[in-house]
Amino acid sequence: MSVYQTHTTDVLVIGAGLAGERTAIEAATHGLDVIILSLVPPRRSHSTAAQGGMQASLGNCAMGYGDNPDIHFEDTVKGSDWGCDQDVARLFANTAPIAVRQMAYWGVPWNRVVAGRKTLPDGREIEDLKEYEGLITARDFGGTAKWRTCYTSDGTGHTLQYTMDSIVIKMGITVHDRMEAIALIHDGENCYGAVARCLRTGQLHAYLARSTVIATGGYGRLYGVSTNAVINEGSGMFLALETGVVPLGNMEAVQFHPTGMVPVGILITEGARGDGGYLLDKNLHRFMPDYEPKKKELASRDVVSRRMIQHIRKGYGVESKWGPHLWLDIRHLGRKHIYTNLREIANICKNFAGIDPAKDLIPVRPTQHYSMGGVRTNIDGHAYGLKGLFAVGEAACWDLHGFNRLGGNSLAETIVAGMVVGKKVAEYTLGAALDCPLKLVDEHVKRQENRINDLISGRLGKENVYELRKQMEDTLMEYVGIFRNGPDLQKAVDKLQELYRRSLRLGLRSSGKYASPELASALRLPGMIRLALCIAYGALNRTESRGSHAREDYPYRDDVNWLKRTLAYWPPGAELPLLKYEPVKITELPPGDRGYGESSAANAARTETAHDKEGNNG
Amino acid sequence: MAERLLTFSIFRYNPNTPEIKPYMQEYKLEEMPGMTLFVALNKIREEQDPSLMFDFVCRAAICGSCAMLVNGKPRLACKTLTKDLPSRITLLPLPVFKLVGDLSVDTGTWFRHMSLKTEAWIHTTKEFDPQAREERMDNETALKIYEAERCIECGCCIAGCATANIREDFIGAAGINRVARFMVDPRDERSPQEYFEVVGTEEGTFGCVGLMACEDNCPMGLPLQMQLAYVRRRMAAAGLAARPQTRAC
Ligand SMILES: Cc1cc2nc3c(=O)[nH]c(=O)nc-3n(C[C@H](O)[C@H](O)[C@H](O)COP(=O)(O)OP(=O)(O)OC[C@H]3O[C@@H](n4cnc5c(N)ncnc54)[C@H](O)[C@@H]3O)c2cc1C
Ligand code: FES
Repeated sequence: MSVYQTHTTDVLVIGAGLAGERTAIEAATHGLDVIILSLVPPRRSHSTAAQGGMQASLGNCAMGYGDNPDIHFEDTVKGSDWGCDQDVARLFANTAPIAVRQMAYWGVPWNRVVAGRKTLPDGREIEDLKEYEGLITARDFGGTAKWRTCYTSDGTGHTLQYTMDSIVIKMGITVHDRMEAIALIHDGENCYGAVARCLRTGQLHAYLARSTVIATGGYGRLYGVSTNAVINEGSGMFLALETGVVPLGNMEAVQFHPTGMVPVGILITEGARGDGGYLLDKNLHRFMPDYEPKKKELASRDVVSRRMIQHIRKGYGVESKWGPHLWLDIRHLGRKHIYTNLREIANICKNFAGIDPAKDLIPVRPTQHYSMGGVRTNIDGHAYGLKGLFAVGEAACWDLHGFNRLGGNSLAETIVAGMVVGKKVAEYTLGAALDCPLKLVDEHVKRQENRINDLISGRLGKENVYELRKQMEDTLMEYVGIFRNGPDLQKAVDKLQELYRRSLRLGLRSSGKYASPELASALRLPGMIRLALCIAYGALNRTESRGSHAREDYPYRDDVNWLKRTLAYWPPGAELPLLKYEPVKITELPPGDRGYGESSAANAARTETAHDKEGNNG
Repeated sequence: MAERLLTFSIFRYNPNTPEIKPYMQEYKLEEMPGMTLFVALNKIREEQDPSLMFDFVCRAAICGSCAMLVNGKPRLACKTLTKDLPSRITLLPLPVFKLVGDLSVDTGTWFRHMSLKTEAWIHTTKEFDPQAREERMDNETALKIYEAERCIECGCCIAGCATANIREDFIGAAGINRVARFMVDPRDERSPQEYFEVVGTEEGTFGCVGLMACEDNCPMGLPLQMQLAYVRRRMAAAGLAARPQTRAC
């Protein structure tokens, strides 16, 4: 007989980031009982780390005049490279202004419009008008026609999460932190809640609910180097995948940022290159002009990232204990400039690498940044495949971002989706009974107990969790990164399959008792490798380039064959995901040119091919 | 750069096994360029001792998870470079907070309790109107609120505070700073009297004995003593204003 604690509630929300908390608030507003689970106290969730801002077409600042949901919608669809569902993008763009204003009402100290004339860094003169003074202002972000990104200095995520959590506290919503969901309870048709492991005591708990919401954030940590928090391991996604009936959407769509600092992966903003920083290779050669004679270091994010990896692959990376990297050089900008205009960068360099960018080179490497894919849901946030299961935020593929997310659209998504999906969750829950057979609960808990006992006894093998994990991370970094091609992706799939088999034979070196961190990692690893396989195998099969998915061997977007979304299923006992496809919803804006110049993957690929030709001829 | 051999002396204790008394355990590790305690502790766990417990989330000095006593001082471990430390490094969990195990402490429960106690949310009688434009606010005011809201709840100020170490219910510098954040916010309709009830006690502003360790230890560089002075001034004013009323009844 298993020993575990049981909790019953109306709505179970797994994840206390912005998406999870906003959903919980909405459900609680409808009079429902809600329990939120989280690995960490809510305010430590990754959402807190976002600095830039949140998009909403308020049109209050000079460079935002005339903005409206139509333009926001259009930017979002173009940004997605026509990979998003347009009905979702429309709902999103229409709701974002309400979301931002409600956050203001709840307490976010958004920066406000200050009237007057200003000169922009590029010399343009603008004037903020008196009539808008004191309203919420916005800053410029890539890929938007208007300045639309609302912000609070450099702490947008922090203020949003703290404000959101203050409402959760005020409403008395139950939060169980240091509580990790490790399996969903379901019968192949309905979802009834989750089995969780307490990260204080190691005890198992069963949470029974009329509806369950996955809000566990992204999977950045599948990659060896990521700007994400170390808890972003995609666990909600692999819990859903493990049911065998819930698919993940577009897992091959992974966003990279060119300059994550080595080894920690902390972001060095584009400002460094904007102000005149160079990228150098191991011979201290400035290589970007060789590839992109016009734009050099200031080509778009995905182009620069691709060039850096290409150069490293040719053997020009700087070898280090953490693998090859390149250098970012801002020394020539001078101490004065660095310590005033680029103070943030100087601080990061000092705190996290102990270097002084006025005299030292900064080690950088393109770094995983955002996961567009996730638990596939319909426009109501209801997951495909299981009644009573929902998903929101970065863990979900709602699908607003398609193959490329615009900066500022993910914070907006967490809150807008929280509002919309929260309401749908409430409607569903009010009409649903909780008739979960207790035998089913017992079975699910028992299965987890067995997994834990196997790991502790080492009955199935002695494989080392940290070693396998490292190999998985390296495989994704090396073969499923920014540039992709058939042979490399095939290598990745083969390697990941081998790792997957080995991950079923893990054995612990510690006792695995109580809150054992090694046990926690071992419980997650097979699921993480499954996600890795969904990414690699999805990418191998998608023979085109779209948004962040750039195939060297298929450099163009192919709307004839690929205007569709990948759905990855994991049938019981499988060693590879089963891929299916569905069309994307086009309602208003037919596929066309993104108009990004070089930042469009397709265009970038075209220029790449042209360069290669030039190279051959010359 | 000459590489050193570092010796880590780390506090070990698991509250689930009280029969094993707390002890210090030593680990040796070769220093690497740019090594932070985040990198070092993960290396120790992955290569030497997978049972070691500690907390990191953002590893970028944003989330406040990783505070511990580094050679006796409350610090964020993720932004502490080994090269700034002697080759012998002692790591202990933060005091005051409940121990989860080894270097991991339960700051979450403490801060949630503090938020409840100070009712750290906007108190307003206004309703939200989804159709209406947002209320205006002066940008200076917005920036002022943000300045007070930059606390990441790491607990360094609490751990270094003499009062918090002896008085369990003291809300500490973090709590007082939180109250100040809502006091400067025009959206919060609480009167000085109402704040007085929250912080005008020994558990609040009057518990502080002014040793200033909070401000020295704050990794965000928050002006905690100034916030204390601000709240005290407002409290004093509220106290004076309250007197005639008390006499009247
Ligand atoms: C460095 C950086 C900067 C960014 N800046 C911006 C920006 O400026 N603008 C923008 O729009 N976007 C930005 N993003 C993206 C954005 O921050 C995220 O997409 C968003 O915050 C995700 O929110 P979420 O609620 O979905 O998940 P998260 O905030 O990641 O929350 C996940 C929650 O799930 C919990 N959890 C996970 N697994 C489990 C489990 N198994 N059991 C229980 N609980 C679990 C965690 O404890 C956590 O509470 C940035 C991202 C990064 C990495
Ligand atoms: S890990 Fe987030 S502050 Fe150190």
